[in-house]
Amino acid sequence: MATLFGSGIKRREDPRLITGQATYVDDVKLPGLAYAVFARSPYAHAKITRIDVSAARQAPGVIAVYTGADVKDRLVPVPCAWNVPNCDLKIPAHPLLAYDKVRYAGDAVAMVIAETRAQARDAVDLVDVDYEPLRATADPEQATQPGAARLHEEIPDNIGFTWVVSGGDAAAAFQHAEVAVSQRIVQQRLLPTAMEPRAAVAQYNRGSGQLTLWATSQNPHIHRFLCSVMLKLPEHRIRVIAPEVGGGFGSKIPAYPDEALVSFAAMELGIPVKWTEDRSENYKVTIHGRDHIEYVEMCGTRDGKITGIRTRVYAGLGAYASTAAPGIPTILHGLVYSGSYMIPNIHGTIYGVYTNGTPVDAYRGAGRPEAAYLIERLVDIFARKIGMDPIEVRRRNFIPKDKFPYTVATGLIYDSGNYEAALDKALGILDLKAFRAEQAKARKDGRYLGMGLVSYIEICGLGPSQVAGAVGFGGGLYDSAIVRVYPTGVVKVYIGASPHGQGEETTFAQIVASEFGYPVENVEIIHGDTDNTPQGWGTYGSRTTAVCGSAVKVAALRVKEKAKLLAAHLLEANEADLEWKDDAFRVKGSPDKAKGMAELALMANVAWNMPPGMEPGLEATAFFDPTNFVYPFGTHICTVEVDEQTGQVKILRYIAVDDCGPPINPMIVDGQIHGGVIQGIGEGLQEIAVYDEEAQLVTGTMMDYAVPKASQMPHIEVAHTITPSPVNPLGVKGCGEAGTIASAACLVNAVCDALAPLGITHIDKPLTPARVWAAIQKAKGATP
Amino acid sequence: MIPTSFDYVRAGSVREALGLLALGDGTKVIAGGHSLLPMMRFRLVQAPKLVDISRLEELRGVQEYKKGLRIGATTTYAELARHPLVRERCPVIAEVAADIADIQVRNRGTIGGSLAHADPASDMPAVMMALDAEFQLRSKKGGRRTARAREFFKGAFVTDMTEEELFTDILVPGMGRNAAVYVSFDSAASGYALAGVCASIGRKRATISDISVAVTGVAEVVFLAGALERMKDTKCDAAVLAAAAKEAVAGLEIAGDVHAPSSYRRHIAEVAIIRAVERAYQRAGA
Ligand SMILES: Cc1cc2nc3c(=O)[nH]c(=O)nc-3n(C[C@H](O)[C@H](O)[C@H](O)COP(=O)(O)OP(=O)(O)OC[C@H]3O[C@@H](n4cnc5c(N)ncnc54)[C@H](O)[C@@H]3O)c2cc1C
Repeated sequence: MATLFGSGIKRREDPRLITGQATYVDDVKLPGLAYAVFARSPYAHAKITRIDVSAARQAPGVIAVYTGADVKDRLVPVPCAWNVPNCDLKIPAHPLLAYDKVRYAGDAVAMVIAETRAQARDAVDLVDVDYEPLRATADPEQATQPGAARLHEEIPDNIGFTWVVSGGDAAAAFQHAEVAVSQRIVQQRLLPTAMEPRAAVAQYNRGSGQLTLWATSQNPHIHRFLCSVMLKLPEHRIRVIAPEVGGGFGSKIPAYPDEALVSFAAMELGIPVKWTEDRSENYKVTIHGRDHIEYVEMCGTRDGKITGIRTRVYAGLGAYASTAAPGIPTILHGLVYSGSYMIPNIHGTIYGVYTNGTPVDAYRGAGRPEAAYLIERLVDIFARKIGMDPIEVRRRNFIPKDKFPYTVATGLIYDSGNYEAALDKALGILDLKAFRAEQAKARKDGRYLGMGLVSYIEICGLGPSQVAGAVGFGGGLYDSAIVRVYPTGVVKVYIGASPHGQGEETTFAQIVASEFGYPVENVEIIHGDTDNTPQGWGTYGSRTTAVCGSAVKVAALRVKEKAKLLAAHLLEANEADLEWKDDAFRVKGSPDKAKGMAELALMANVAWNMPPGMEPGLEATAFFDPTNFVYPFGTHICTVEVDEQTGQVKILRYIAVDDCGPPINPMIVDGQIHGGVIQGIGEGLQEIAVYDEEAQLVTGTMMDYAVPKASQMPHIEVAHTITPSPVNPLGVKGCGEAGTIASAACLVNAVCDALAPLGITHIDKPLTPARVWAAIQKAKGATP
Repeated sequence: MIPTSFDYVRAGSVREALGLLALGDGTKVIAGGHSLLPMMRFRLVQAPKLVDISRLEELRGVQEYKKGLRIGATTTYAELARHPLVRERCPVIAEVAADIADIQVRNRGTIGGSLAHADPASDMPAVMMALDAEFQLRSKKGGRRTARAREFFKGAFVTDMTEEELFTDILVPGMGRNAAVYVSFDSAASGYALAGVCASIGRKRATISDISVAVTGVAEVVFLAGALERMKDTKCDAAVLAAAAKEAVAGLEIAGDVHAPSSYRRHIAEVAIIRAVERAYQRAGA
């Protein structure tokens, strides 16, 4: 089984997921279950002058109705857990139910509990609220202008923080630069759209005082902690279970009012209560992503050396500061402005702005796609300006492979990399020469072909806990595993992270089985229940394998160490004379004298004949805290044809070369890349959350919000280079967000290359046919 | 996404369905439910009672009708897409059916439901207009009547039908020398047409002898683009076509929305007209 680590075996979680054997939160059915439905504000900004729930209380099947007034003194507002330092961060209270004012369309004003979901829904229509509408805006730049609607009394300009990143001397660099380019870039709001919407079931045992909360969570330990704050219930009285979770993309990291309110109702009423979001509600109240308006600049020399980058960013926070929101456009964005390049002078000012939109938080890539996008767009615009091939510009500025670990101007220390190798590999797959020839010929025929290229880096594997503390993250960033070997030798591994589709039940079993000389079937991975897993910090930020996978590896090695001592004892050999060979500990020179893990497990668990002083049992716990983040990288190439008449963009080829260190399961890595690329293409081509003048979400259903469909997506050609990370024992980096980080920029670069003959240097994503056509018309001097 | 409560009756016969509709109590027909149920879930429609006609064999299937087709109202898109008679006699219907939405919708959604629903962006109304189809309607009090597709669609979600009427059949005339093509540019989100054009063209050698062009998705209601009549007796001259296409959409009130501003819709409608006419012309000559 020596090759199990690194083999693309099928995902072990899939049979139950694709045959209806999986239990999602909404599948949890308990005796006497009642149902919650929320009454939500139709206005984006309004004073509540009166709420009358008497009719709702009388409605058939209704058990209880709660308003803001009922809960505001009993529950703690939703906490924000990322207190980024040195940016004058202002976190206004986020009441679980609005009582004096609503701040976005969807803000909940009452919770109805009824015997059936339909009865609760009907009664919601009877909740009678008088609103006094106020001016509203969902535009983060407009919201900072004088006279804009003010969301929170204590924040007159709506600016929740002003965060500055600075390295070198950007002002001087721009002042003395030979060339400088600038661009206003809008990185539109996106709707995360996990296949499963959010849901919660709460059960409270009045006898034991224990609350059990089944929740759609990427991080049940964080939810336990945050619920304990909101409910004022000690942490050990709360058990959070994330059963099967159908995707999150960041949207199931934060604490929301809903889960806490359902718990509150279960405690008040002494009956279990369930709430299941529907898709329209999901689009309205579950966090959104991105929402930047950016003014960005790059400067350098005529021979292609980039000397500086400068940004001013209005990052929309939405109506309240969601759990990790302040950290996304700052720590996870501004700090990576150097990209794959040696850029000596960097300056960025990021304003976090409250608006009347749904709260914005981490969405796949979280801050890093926005950074990669603006850097990679700027590199192309800069290259165009100096008349140099953008590939050559990239080569001239790459951090060379022998310079790692490398400290960039913003202070991050990149762990390892070989950017040119990934670039060369991608170009080899494309056959650049042939494409350029085809493009030239097409241009003669009046057709518009283009190639976009992106050499991204990513910061992930979040991360050392000490750094987490220093940047104000309200938790640790280590992770944990218990490897427990049963008497028959089979293994259960309890982990602190909480996979929800990524495949770690397979990859982590591969890690342990490889170590123990087992078939993968002998190992089960348990996650998602705070009552049986060790403290961990969850699954996001492409951290699970790099951090929690490393904990699994360390724990497995600890078990193996003990097993070796036991083997030496049983074989009456010296430990030093034992070697691990052909799936067993063997006495050097007499390989027949051997003990495999299964036999040792039995002996350890029955403890009939232990070495003096050794405890019975065979298990180990590990908490792994990495010494640094990991920095995956790669080059993506996209070729497109643009239909000049219709503005339609057709993707001809999409090539992704990624380096995430040694893949434990290459098939799963490729799947992650596929999914990520598709999400980025969606962002690049068609996804946009639109608010109107009254801050109403216009794209509130899938009829209007263009989630990518399989039939709209290209074939993706995936390849890898392998550069191990020195910061964890597996050498792995992350791969969950890489695809998304690279692909939106790649696509826009390709379209701008195609339309270069028309003088087009930038079009804001998403590149819908209407937008591309309008840009073409404008470039031709016509009014669209 | 929970509708208001409603009663549900599965009709055992057309007569029973007509009887229920004649009560005039707001009862609505449900066929595939793919337009009705979403509206009920959004509570945009609050029907007290539904009468389900989806299992009535009388209303289902495709038969020869003169040189054309008789299509039962509850025939699904999936059935139309693969039906040999449809593919032989009127391939454009099969092609359009095969391209609507996704497999789940095609397996349930019915052509009669789509036409009765009269969404101004749906595809089949344009095809029926271009082919000059007729619709057969029936009610308990009024008996049977026939409505011409070209006079049936009155506005967004508004047709010539009354609440008591049941849509029973579609009569599609034989194509004769004509060939038809449908071209649409769709919203990436909903798949509905931003502009959809069905052109039916007959040729005598290289000359156009007959032309009908219907446009959906652009205006308040699907419409027949009379300006394209001008193509008659031409050899599909590009300049005439461009001018006629422009004229066809020139005076229209076109609303913009999140999918496309009105300027783009107008432009794309022209492009769709041009492409549909060119392809139908080629097909008619093949
Ligand atoms: C995801 C999705 C994507 C779609 N994409 C497209 C698309 O790209 N293009 C497109 O054209 N359409 C599209 N549709 C709409 C689809 O074509 C219609 O939903 C479907 O054809 C309507 O037929 P139905 O049988 O489902 O009608 P139902 O939903 O059952 O009924 C629709 C309306 O017609 C009435 N009705 C139905 N049958 C009769 C009858 N025989 N007599 C009288 N009244 C009747 C009903 O009372 C109701 O008011 C899409 C739908 C979905 C859900």
